[in-house]
Amino acid sequence: MNLTAKDKNTVRTFWAKISTNAEDIGTDFCLKIKSFFPPFFRMLVVYPQTKTYFSHWKDPSPSSAPVKKHGATVMAGVADAVAKIDDLRAGLLSLSELHAFTLRVDPANFKVLSHNILVVLAISFPNDFTPEVHVAMDKFLSAVFHLSLMST
Amino acid sequence: MVAWSDQERSIITSIFSNLDYNDVGPKALIRCLIVYPWTQRYFASFGNLYNADAIKTNPNIQAHGTKILHGLDRAVKNMDDIKTTYAELSVLHSEKLHVDPDNFKLLADCLTIVIAAKMGSGFTPEIQETFQKFLAVVVSALGKQYH
Repeated sequence: MNLTAKDKNTVRTFWAKISTNAEDIGTDFCLKIKSFFPPFFRMLVVYPQTKTYFSHWKDPSPSSAPVKKHGATVMAGVADAVAKIDDLRAGLLSLSELHAFTLRVDPANFKVLSHNILVVLAISFPNDFTPEVHVAMDKFLSAVFHLSLMST
Repeated sequence: MVAWSDQERSIITSIFSNLDYNDVGPKALIRCLIVYPWTQRYFASFGNLYNADAIKTNPNIQAHGTKILHGLDRAVKNMDDIKTTYAELSVLHSEKLHVDPDNFKLLADCLTIVIAAKMGSGFTPEIQETFQKFLAVVVSALGKQYH
């Protein structure tokens, strides 16, 4: 999926607007929205099949350390992708190898995670998450997750 | 036959009783047409859809969005047999309107986003799960008469 220059600008502008700390966007984003149930935990509740990848965690509840940590890791990854939006393929190479060869996640699950990120963005920023921002973020997340999963 | 707990019924009726159909319906349809532009193919007779602003101000889209929400209302009032309630609508969308049923899921996702924006922190994971279950049943019923 090709991101146009307009898409990239929309994503960069929106992300900058919703992040108060440019250096630590991922964690900060999670801190701001933690009262709205972060996307990762939301996904585990709404789509229970995604929990199968985390059977090694004793406690999959939202307050558990592994869930919080992994949620923050995922959002930090998304924030990093925003910074590397001009060359996502190169930027996401190591993540792609991890998810394709080691974790072997069914790609359908990333569409589900993407949907939950969009739901949380809508809840957290109802006035800024316009249809125009929605389509740019949807295309961006599709590109990020596609590249994160596909082996080169 | 889909099973609904008392809590799920209560969640769905509560969400819909707090909605302004004239507001939420159009918002969801507009969002769908912008986020998934191929869906515009079904609205060629609706006039100007050339850009996001045109879509947002198109009166035919506004009216149709409201109509869709009233259609969903029928499912809310007949939760125990959405399949039969929507049999005619399914035939209409298949035989007359020729809508690819995959598009129903796209509109459902846009409606979820609009409801999430409206309810804010009240749109908890549990409520999201119930709302999405309801929409999945609706989407399935709408696709049932395709052959």
